[in-house]
Amino acid sequence: MKATGTVHKYGDHVDTDAIIAARYLTTTDPDELAGHCMQDIDEGFVARVKPGDIMVAGENFGCGSSREHAPIAIKAAGVSAVIAANFARIFYRNALNIGLPIIESAEAAARINASDEVTVDTEAGIIVDHTTGEQFAFQPLTDVAAELVAAGGLVPMVKERLGKA
Amino acid sequence: MTITEKLLARAAGRDQVRPGEFVSCALDLVLANDVTAPIAIDEFRRMGAESVFDTGKVALVCDHGTPNMNIQAATQTRKVRDFAREMGVVHYFEADDSGIEHIILPDKGLVIPGDVVIGADSHTCTYGALGAFATGVGSTDAAAGMALGECWFRVPESIEVIYTGTLRPWVSGKDLILRLIGEIGVAGARYRALEFKGPIIDNLPMAGRFTICNMAIEAGAKNGIIAPDATTLAWVAGRSDREPVALASDPDVSYVQTVEIDCADLEPQVAFPHLPENTKGISEVGEVAIDQAVIGACTNGRLEDLREAAKVLKGRHVAEGVRCIVIPGSHAIHLQATREGLVELFLEAGCLVSTPTCGPCLGMHMGVLAEGERAIATTNRNFVGRMGHPGSEVYLAGPAVTAASAVAGRIAGPDEL
Ligand code: SF4
Repeated sequence: MKATGTVHKYGDHVDTDAIIAARYLTTTDPDELAGHCMQDIDEGFVARVKPGDIMVAGENFGCGSSREHAPIAIKAAGVSAVIAANFARIFYRNALNIGLPIIESAEAAARINASDEVTVDTEAGIIVDHTTGEQFAFQPLTDVAAELVAAGGLVPMVKERLGKA
Repeated sequence: MTITEKLLARAAGRDQVRPGEFVSCALDLVLANDVTAPIAIDEFRRMGAESVFDTGKVALVCDHGTPNMNIQAATQTRKVRDFAREMGVVHYFEADDSGIEHIILPDKGLVIPGDVVIGADSHTCTYGALGAFATGVGSTDAAAGMALGECWFRVPESIEVIYTGTLRPWVSGKDLILRLIGEIGVAGARYRALEFKGPIIDNLPMAGRFTICNMAIEAGAKNGIIAPDATTLAWVAGRSDREPVALASDPDVSYVQTVEIDCADLEPQVAFPHLPENTKGISEVGEVAIDQAVIGACTNGRLEDLREAAKVLKGRHVAEGVRCIVIPGSHAIHLQATREGLVELFLEAGCLVSTPTCGPCLGMHMGVLAEGERAIATTNRNFVGRMGHPGSEVYLAGPAVTAASAVAGRIAGPDEL
């Protein structure tokens, strides 16, 4: 996966209630969820975000509730990848399962600024910040995580196991 | 091995596992609720699955937006109900005989020591109090669990938390876990197991142990766990006809971190907005006026919690202008609370008593906050907008402090009344 976009930057401990508030959980429609993404902590996000844009945040991104609506909303909003210093574990699993690219890099998370133009190349394991000219290498996914991404998420993987592929 | 490693090894059919390893485990129970099951059902169908792996090992609980708060919620609940019927799911809970998932599953004996459980709800870690490995996952993982009866895990490193000393009056399980989160932070146990032990835990009844494990996720933990003892086994007896498997960490095992909390000076805790780690002792709170108090949720909606609140509210009245909402955690608890006279006591004290639901805990219904409003609650999260408007505030505390605050009209301990 290689994508270029504008950065939307957030701090530490962005919780899934902030990504999509509970009052919108009576729907499972990705586009409807995307329409309320980040609303409680960044009201302008939905109007600002363009397809391909990149989210950058600090520590423990996606903590709190297990709602898969959170990565679904981010993906449906057009975000091509989320870079964070690290992720909360349920969000991490959910993102892999639904095919939202996530990258752990404390250095990139600290040095990339809001509104920078950034390219993420997951095969090469490289993040390029075109605005500052900086580059950041990151560890590729391993083990089950890599398998999941290669399979295109958990659904196709289980489908194959069940002999329904 | 630690108890967490032993549980995972057993379910993976292995003699030994090490932290950092990936294992695939057989599941004893897969849970989803009215918010997470609708997505899980769609994913289950997309996987091509035609039946659940075991109709007795799937639990579907409609508790978040029930009794249905609007047409959309009703439609989601119906989707879950129809799926449960179609698949022949035995453990479907909605109206009578139901309640909040993390209260009813242990109460009904659906989780016992030795089990490995996943739930599409982050507070699935509650069942660690029974000496089970239980962790929250998302809807797609739950769908795969329902289809295959297994799930992959990365074996977590374990942190041991030792509580020593003696408990002061009005200090409960909630204060013990809030104190820990205050100390290590909301990411302090990220990807790790939190193993609770020490003399305080040994003497703690199950209700307090559930409260502690419930909030392990608030420190970022994969699971919270307490090794089963006589208290656990006595509690489980008569609830399940399955044989409990009581494991314990080896004495020579090494932990990545040891946290010792001396309870001698531990006073009731309050977590300030907007993170559960913003804890203070009740004497350091200062003047914080409240509009609402909520007693309930999977954290503190058990009978013991209601009794604690009743001790404070007995013969007193909720302050003018404060809405105090009491929500028993299950239908059975509601019934027992009524029989014991607790419901009457709450009503006389000016509380509103609701049918079991998650309701206000996640800002869905039954007590949503307006902009600028402030609540104290026995719930487990105080993120921005958690109980309603993003401009509202939630303070977390145990049942005694929450009840006392309802009476005082500001955050207060029972000794201040
Ligand atoms: S009571 Fe609150 S924390 Fe517990 S399951 Fe319900 S919404 Fe989640």
